[in-house]
Amino acid sequence: MWSAEMAGALRVTAAGPGATVQDGGRHLYLRYGVTPAGPMDWVAFRTANLAAGNDAEAAALEISVGGLDLLCEEAPLAVAICGGAFLWRREGREVPSPCCLVLQPGEHLTVRAGAYGAWCYLAVAGGFATPPEMGSRATHTRSGIGGLEGRMLRAGDLLPIGAALAPSIETYIEARIEAPWLAQPSPLERPLRVVPGPQDDYFSDAGLATFFEAEFELTPMADRMAYRLDGPLVAHSRGFNIVSDGIALGAIQIAGDGRPLVLMADRQPTGGYPKIGHIARADIGRIAQMRPGARCRFARVGVAEARAALLALEDEIVMTRAFLRPLQAELSSERLLAANLVDGFIDALA
Amino acid sequence: MTQDAALSCQPRFLPAGESALVVEYGQTIDPAIHDCVLALDAALAAARPEGLIETVPTYRSLMLHFDPRILAPDDLIAHVQGLALRKQATGASKRWRIPVCYELPHAEDLAELAGLLKLSEERIVALHAGAVYRVYMYGFVPGFTFLGGLAPELNVSRRLSPRPPAPEGALLIAGGQALIASFSMPTGWYDLGRTPVKAFDPRRDPAFLCGIGDEVVFEPIALSTFDALSAEAEAGGRVAQVVG
Repeated sequence: MWSAEMAGALRVTAAGPGATVQDGGRHLYLRYGVTPAGPMDWVAFRTANLAAGNDAEAAALEISVGGLDLLCEEAPLAVAICGGAFLWRREGREVPSPCCLVLQPGEHLTVRAGAYGAWCYLAVAGGFATPPEMGSRATHTRSGIGGLEGRMLRAGDLLPIGAALAPSIETYIEARIEAPWLAQPSPLERPLRVVPGPQDDYFSDAGLATFFEAEFELTPMADRMAYRLDGPLVAHSRGFNIVSDGIALGAIQIAGDGRPLVLMADRQPTGGYPKIGHIARADIGRIAQMRPGARCRFARVGVAEARAALLALEDEIVMTRAFLRPLQAELSSERLLAANLVDGFIDALA
Repeated sequence: MTQDAALSCQPRFLPAGESALVVEYGQTIDPAIHDCVLALDAALAAARPEGLIETVPTYRSLMLHFDPRILAPDDLIAHVQGLALRKQATGASKRWRIPVCYELPHAEDLAELAGLLKLSEERIVALHAGAVYRVYMYGFVPGFTFLGGLAPELNVSRRLSPRPPAPEGALLIAGGQALIASFSMPTGWYDLGRTPVKAFDPRRDPAFLCGIGDEVVFEPIALSTFDALSAEAEAGGRVAQVVG
């Protein structure tokens, strides 16, 4: 009989660069210069957690195009994988993504970069139970805080797992996550929404027009801290040095070179370049999933529109469990009825 | 100004996306502007609207991070406009005396600064150690402590490109500002001394030495004292003293 006390563990058997433990981010310490960290693509991250039956902001693995190899140890584990179009294999056989899986002890799960996307997530029922630091398990490698020893994952790491909310591993099914909000329209076809400010008045009319009309390309200088874009020069009107002020997620700084720098999960909490605007929170996942060479455009929106888009997206994501479609048609109806997690699935078919 | 005096603060409300708001009181480094920032920070701590997640004081503005599902931006602005801002009582902030070694090998850029500023090294040290600084903000990485109050004679432009990493505890100056580095980091600033004090020590509670709005004075120490205090700090000692 499976129980919370028998919670298994995940062993990292090989790791490319860029895999870390992330939760919803480190709050209340921004004022001391502490980076919030947290997921690059919060949409995929929350979807994975909710699909695994967790709190939306539980600690999960964030994996880059560097890939990761994992081994299930000790006890079965219910996991959910989500984000971009990565290539996942269980015991060498491809599994669909995004999906929910139940791994058996001794089973290997590997992930590699796929057709598109820069970040993917693996949530485990119960969440990863690495020790919290300053109230969060989010890893910030630059300051060595959070996650596993404040660093990226490497071969040999054993990831502890918390107690799942569900009473039994039988509660979990293997299912596709058929969530429409995970469809990723290209940021060229559907421009990334930007709320102007707080320093849009540091740019000339021509500079603002360039920013909202031109195409930009993501350069190879793209990491968890910031994405540097290339494109036509966005002209300032009165210099580019400001006295430092706060930096929120998705801030678009334009320094002396006239090129946009989008500040992402590992941004510093304060900075000294003019910010022409902020990417709407609802579109953060879309820019996060761009790879170097991908192109985007920006569209001006107001605060109210950006807020409405965020609330609508959040309202969709909380319904994640209604979008699970079992992988195995032979699942018995008794097992489906026993499974709290597929209540929504049954409703959806009604 | 008397304690708890009412402040005349003129805010600009500027959006930082739909989930953060900048309340800006000016665009320069000025104690009167920072007083408004600290007063709003204190007023919001005392009357915290539901949905406000955290606030980040800087030289000239307060950034409010909030959950837009719970708190609509217009309601947050209305809440801020309804707060009466009063200058924080001087008893609310501390004065820290922080030991600094201005000797080689720690004062890595002191000779270079002497050449740039056309001042003797002794004069630079006297000016840096003779001022009373205010902690205006933290930034960049945990515990990077940004100070105002640097003598105007020490105003030096940032380097055009960063120098190799300055060590943890380096005292840096540039652009009319001073800071205490809590991590070893490449920097465009100039390194003129080093403190054994850890501005950030996760083993300590609180982990961060200074409160925003606190005052800092520097006390020159000899190389041998630096080594002794450094060992004490490594063992978890605070080393810095509260002197007022």
